[in-house]
Amino acid sequence: MAQTSAPPAKDAELTGPAPSPRAIVRARRRRAAARAWAEYRRNRVGMVGLAILIVFIALAVLAPVLVPSSALDVTQATGVPFSPPSAEYPFGTDESGRSVLALTVWGSRVSLLVGFLATVISVLIGSVVGIVAGHFGRWTDSVLMRVTDWFLVIPFLPLAIVLATVLGPSLANIAFVIGITSWPGTARIVRAQALAVTARPYIERARALGAGDWHLITRHILPNVVPLIFANTVLIVAIAILSETTLAFLGLGDPLRVSWGSMLDAAFSHGAASIGAWWYLVPPGLAILLVVLAFTMCGQALEAVLNPRLRGR
Amino acid sequence: MTVTLLDVRDLEVTYRTRAGDVPAVRGVSLQLDPGQTLGLAGESGCGKSTMAAAILRLLPPDTRTSGSVLLDGEDVLTMRPGRLRAVRWTEAAIVFQGAMHALNPVRRVGVQIAEAIHLHDKVTDEAADARVGELLEQVGLPARRAASYPHELSGGQRQRVMIAMALACSPRLLIADEPTTALDVMVQAQVLDLLAELRRELGLALLLITHDLSVLASTCERIAVMYAGRVVEEGPASAVFDEPAHPYTRALSEAFPTIGDRASRKAPHGLGGDPPDPRELPSGCAFHPRCPVAVPICPTTDVQLWPAGPARRAACVHVRDREPAAS
Amino acid sequence: MATAAARSFGLTAANRRIGGKLVGAVLSLAFVLVFNFFLFRVLPGDPAKNLTRNRLVPAEQVQALRESFGLGKPLPQQFAGYVRDTLRGDLGISYKFRRPVSDVIAERIWPTVLLLGLSTVLSTIIGLFIGIRGAWRRGSTFDRGSLAVSLALYAMPEFWLGILLLIAFGVGVGPLPGLFPTGGISTPGTDMTSLAGVLDVARHLFLPCLTLTLAYLAEYALVMRSSLLDELGEDYLVTARAKGLRDALVLRRHAVPNALLPTTTLIFLNLGFVVSGAITIETVFSWPGLGLLSYEALRTPDYPVLQGVFLLFSAAVIVANVLADLLYPYLDPRVRTG
Repeated sequence: MAQTSAPPAKDAELTGPAPSPRAIVRARRRRAAARAWAEYRRNRVGMVGLAILIVFIALAVLAPVLVPSSALDVTQATGVPFSPPSAEYPFGTDESGRSVLALTVWGSRVSLLVGFLATVISVLIGSVVGIVAGHFGRWTDSVLMRVTDWFLVIPFLPLAIVLATVLGPSLANIAFVIGITSWPGTARIVRAQALAVTARPYIERARALGAGDWHLITRHILPNVVPLIFANTVLIVAIAILSETTLAFLGLGDPLRVSWGSMLDAAFSHGAASIGAWWYLVPPGLAILLVVLAFTMCGQALEAVLNPRLRGR
Repeated sequence: MTVTLLDVRDLEVTYRTRAGDVPAVRGVSLQLDPGQTLGLAGESGCGKSTMAAAILRLLPPDTRTSGSVLLDGEDVLTMRPGRLRAVRWTEAAIVFQGAMHALNPVRRVGVQIAEAIHLHDKVTDEAADARVGELLEQVGLPARRAASYPHELSGGQRQRVMIAMALACSPRLLIADEPTTALDVMVQAQVLDLLAELRRELGLALLLITHDLSVLASTCERIAVMYAGRVVEEGPASAVFDEPAHPYTRALSEAFPTIGDRASRKAPHGLGGDPPDPRELPSGCAFHPRCPVAVPICPTTDVQLWPAGPARRAACVHVRDREPAAS
Repeated sequence: MATAAARSFGLTAANRRIGGKLVGAVLSLAFVLVFNFFLFRVLPGDPAKNLTRNRLVPAEQVQALRESFGLGKPLPQQFAGYVRDTLRGDLGISYKFRRPVSDVIAERIWPTVLLLGLSTVLSTIIGLFIGIRGAWRRGSTFDRGSLAVSLALYAMPEFWLGILLLIAFGVGVGPLPGLFPTGGISTPGTDMTSLAGVLDVARHLFLPCLTLTLAYLAEYALVMRSSLLDELGEDYLVTARAKGLRDALVLRRHAVPNALLPTTTLIFLNLGFVVSGAITIETVFSWPGLGLLSYEALRTPDYPVLQGVFLLFSAAVIVANVLADLLYPYLDPRVRTG
């Protein structure tokens, strides 16, 4: 059979004084992560998704370098409004004569930022709820699951609209609204895993040894839950970005900031559709499509790495 | 002169996977006459379940098969699809292991048995239902069990339902693939008794596949032992079990302690190592890495089934080189 | 002991389960009411002043309005009043339209029902078919193509697709003229009950319905394909083939019905997605339903209408889920108890 032991040089920790259990666990986790990455690299779909994401994130981070922020200033716009793509304006102009290309590049910042922020909120709430419900069980579980089910059943957009209208238009509010309406998905997955881990015999033994809940959660449940959360998170970002786009399109986003959704709102409100100004509508939509696809592809690849049964789909 | 019911000649089955070709069965030949029983034994992964599926051409699409499987003179592997579907279940039927997943979980068992009947015979629903009742009673279940769903039955009951379903079209050959695995010992015995009784009543030929050699010793007339996709020994059941000629057979029979024999209980023999990976088979005799009596010529000899006594054969160099002694 | 007591009340396990689901649904609806009520109290400003914002109204009338909202009374009383009113069908007065919210909603509900109903039916049939065919012929050109298209449709904002279709077929691109109207439900002046009127509505319905159907079918296709792929690995299908069943029948009689079970669950779980689509698409196509109403309401902002629509949509989805929960055991005998 093939050799499975790592070359001695890497196990320097094991040649010195006996390593602490924590060091052993950390080393094991690092090796597992490396194996997972190697497995992920073999997934073509996942690598393509990752490549697309890197491009867009680079675009968002480098936006100030690539396109001067003055391009967003309506008072400094020099183009003819609603003019089709040309050499000077590769993506044409908007209703104020600004370059659509500049808007699309800058729009990536808000769209991605809000997406990530909303995801962090969503995953945080979802994980906490899931772990608490799965670990403590019984009454806590019932109550939390009731709440989770409510958020799952309630249609997203009407709820988001009501909340966003009340809270007012700002990036933080939008991120908050998306976050608190999308955590149930994560909560369910995390809860299932927390339940499974809590039921394992070594948990009972650890408790007999005097382990408290905090210790059990941080040392046993959390490590088992993190890979799952990670795969799930990637898919949530995709949904969050789509949600931000929808809310911005309806006019609930920050009116002072450009996002892909707000571009679509502006385009539509100013009659780009009736004029046929497709150049104003295609880039932001296409950007969203690519980013969401990329996240979905990465998410599916991650799930395949974690669950071998799904490979080859 | 009876026509051989099942005549498998040089059957080879290879699975085509992403990681390459996996040879599961590498040239197996078997014969079964009407009313006979043949037991097929071996560890998991030796290819016996693949054999069972191959007989009725039930393998997944990406498999390569060669050789011939003659069922009553007709080659199953070259039949036209229509003929194949007609032959399935009416000539030979198969009882799978793990009946929980082998039955449709959302249909009543009676409906599933009736489906087999309707497929091959134009009968009214009432006639089919009556036959379903008969079949269930034949396997020792009350006829009203036809209205149950698989999850409402115990493991042993589900196995009986599978057997009843297999008998629905009065086949001449019954292939039982691990019919007693996952059942507890008492139920195992009941199922085996049932199979023996049905054999007697209906004159069925039985191909019984299992990893438990002792099960075969009591139920079958002949035994064939498989290892790494090939038959390594075959012969009369009692002879193979009591005096194994092949070292692998010996190891298999010793792995199961004999009840009542104190000596075997105190010194159970396991067989070290794992079954070989079909993609990286050892050269020569595939068993030689684990064989307790391996000799230097084992890795280089192309072993075949050599005579090892009256109506017995074994694929071991020791058998070949032994003086033909009066046994 | 509790079960014995329950049994003495004639409550079988099945009835207990039904009761449990109904109680759950009522609780969810109740929580929607609580949510609405407290949101209203959180709103900035004085509702009476908001209502009379752009009109010259004598102070006593404003005060009378304030009293009609019950704002002077203690909170529990306000809540009780709110619940009582809601159950009676009184959802407040719209800021924008100055009419009862229930009237406004009643006017706009049928266009939405028409649009959503037709889109969901079409997308379910087409989506499930594509998913089944894709899974059955996994790896084929059809499968790979439909998978790519489904993923793309799923990843794009449905209103973006709507706008593009609007430009392509409503406005016309370049030399090609628009084939369909660009908005509304009918051409002004047409009698909607006449045959010409019905055809006119159909023409207006075409593009929004096409957009929603495409948007929804992507998800249905993906879910069905996934469920069926899971199911195709099961042993009982080999048994079915062994019995002599044709491959097509193995699929139709055994694999697909079983794969539909988790698919149905997932589809019902995502009903909120259907509702969200209605809001954005009605906005794009000026389709005068509840979705467009929501858009108009959030622009004002017309809180009573927003809450009323939220309540209605939530109730619809909750009821649909309860029905699905109650009907599911009839489809899957493994879930039945007793």
